[in-house]
Amino acid sequence: MARLNSKEAETILYQRPESMEARPFHFCPGCGHGIVFRLVGEVIDELKIRERAICVASIGCSVNSYEYFKCDGLESAHGRAPAVATAIKRCHPDLVPFTYQGDGDLAAIGTAEIVHACARGENITTIFVNNAIYGMTGGQMAPTTLLDMYSTSTTAGRKSALAGYPIRVCEMLSTLEGTAYIARVTVNSPAAVRKAKQAIKLAFRTQLANLGMSLVEVLSPCPTNWRVEPVKAMDWLAEHMLPQYPLGEYKVIEAVAALKKEVGNA
Amino acid sequence: MSEKTLMAGNIAIAEGAILAHCQAYFGYPITPQNELLEHMSKRMPEEGRVFVQTESELAAINMVYGAAASGCRAMTTTSSPGFSLQQEGLSYMAGAEIPAVVVNVMRGGPGLGDIGGAQGDYFQAVKGGGHGDYHLITLAPSSVQEMMDFAMLAFELADKYRNPVILLPDGFLGQAIEPVVMRPPVTKLPEKPWAITGARGRPKNIINSFAMDPVDYQPHVALLRQKFQRIKQNEVRYEGINLDDAALVMVAYGSAFRSAMTAMQMARQAGLKVGIFRPITLFPFPVAPLSNLSQKVKSFLVVELSLGQLIEDVRLSLSAEAKVELVNQFGGVPISADEILEAIEKIMK
Ligand SMILES: Cc1ncc(C[n+]2csc(CCOP(=O)(O)OP(=O)(O)O)c2C)c(N)n1
Ligand code: SF4
Repeated sequence: MARLNSKEAETILYQRPESMEARPFHFCPGCGHGIVFRLVGEVIDELKIRERAICVASIGCSVNSYEYFKCDGLESAHGRAPAVATAIKRCHPDLVPFTYQGDGDLAAIGTAEIVHACARGENITTIFVNNAIYGMTGGQMAPTTLLDMYSTSTTAGRKSALAGYPIRVCEMLSTLEGTAYIARVTVNSPAAVRKAKQAIKLAFRTQLANLGMSLVEVLSPCPTNWRVEPVKAMDWLAEHMLPQYPLGEYKVIEAVAALKKEVGNA
Repeated sequence: MSEKTLMAGNIAIAEGAILAHCQAYFGYPITPQNELLEHMSKRMPEEGRVFVQTESELAAINMVYGAAASGCRAMTTTSSPGFSLQQEGLSYMAGAEIPAVVVNVMRGGPGLGDIGGAQGDYFQAVKGGGHGDYHLITLAPSSVQEMMDFAMLAFELADKYRNPVILLPDGFLGQAIEPVVMRPPVTKLPEKPWAITGARGRPKNIINSFAMDPVDYQPHVALLRQKFQRIKQNEVRYEGINLDDAALVMVAYGSAFRSAMTAMQMARQAGLKVGIFRPITLFPFPVAPLSNLSQKVKSFLVVELSLGQLIEDVRLSLSAEAKVELVNQFGGVPISADEILEAIEKIMK
């Protein structure tokens, strides 16, 4: 391995994003939430929007997300973050509210709020973390729990006859005309993390360009409630979640495609 | 400015809110307050302000929360079933100290009930209604003029205490048409340095009603308790009519008060010394004024459009010797002056 010269040795290669607080995450080891928070922080830095961003937290393991960002933030009741963000944006078009929601929050109790924010084409951004489980309350079935998957409320595995089928949020919401950018990404490898960041950045850019609703679903591990070790959780995600929840961009309206072309991966 | 305009109660609330510089309105249709939402759908955009017809009353109250948390005067209006859906949001707002105005034009209940006027949501409004320890300032108008005036007052009190305020008319008042004197618009709004408006040139603001550790949350609730105490000390409002010589005092608010007024006039013509005590703030309830009154008067008649809710607060306020009777209607049916007069005569004979 080549030795670094003194200039290179002084170069900072990796540090906490400026828009994030010096505060250790409270998440379990191997949790995906911490990775996603960091990506949001990096994007806020790169787009220079810390002073305009509003962190609209939800209820779940990310309940206190506003504690980690150096921007204004607030809590919302379980499932209602898109309604809260809608009002903030309507009242202050110059602000950049983003909701950060889990799958129980967004795809169960908050289904109406996210569907109608999308239908109205609210100019807000949603970061939707799908870990196929209710993390905070201790591992019960989520609307996104896979068939035959163990949870503390489906101990013999989720059976469709009793508990229905997992909801594919991106596919469902992309049918709504008010959505401008919808993508599903994951964070189970460095390459996947880089792609996830690009999607999150494009989602924020979509809002900054007033193009309509943007949502990024992030498939994310919950080793604690999946009852697998952190590293194995990344493999479990690839093996079980990816077939049910294919990655990709589900909605890119023309104006967003043009934006994407214009900025590339910057 | 003292020229009078004929106006329906629901419209007076809408115009009062606009005069109070309500910057954002969110609502979902429900009878008997639809005209209010419809009126706002025209007037708010005319004034360059925010109007959203929401997917539910849940969304409406949470949009009010977001708008008010970002420093705007915000309002939603609904009727009883919708008000039930808003209780969680009201608890969050009381917990996070978010000032906003919620109007419940009460209808007959429980359940889907009917679209007549009623006062069955009294407990829900004045005792908290949602989860946890909190109170909402609750104003009870009894005329169309008061619908306008109290809508304005509601915004003022909400900002003064950083607490939601409930305006609690019944469906009969919402539909009533009466002359109204328009008020001058509010031009100066209070500063809200706590609001989430973007962390520009200041430390970030956070709005929540949450702590990981109960030991950290309890002091917050203790502060709320102090605030509710201040509200009880400073904001009691009521009206007394013909109390000086009264041998019997009726206690009533809203449209029940209007029927009681007519009954009082009829009783006085018949030589019966009847007065009326009208609570204007249902929270804070006028406990001390009623208690003082019961040093002098021993006979009370509560007139309400519910099964016996107001009467509980009246009983708690009065001296032990005072006798309290109830005459009421419920389930969306109005009360007539004749029914009340009959009850008066029965007591006074
Ligand atoms: C009205 C209401 N119902 C239920 C709860 C309890 N609750 C808190 S978090 C949660 C589920 C969170 O799961 P998810 O959204 O998937 O987020 P995660 O914890 O997995 O990140 C529930 C049901 C609540 N806080 N409020
Ligand atoms: S329970 Fe799951 S989602 Fe919650 S912090 Fe732990 S690993 Fe993360």
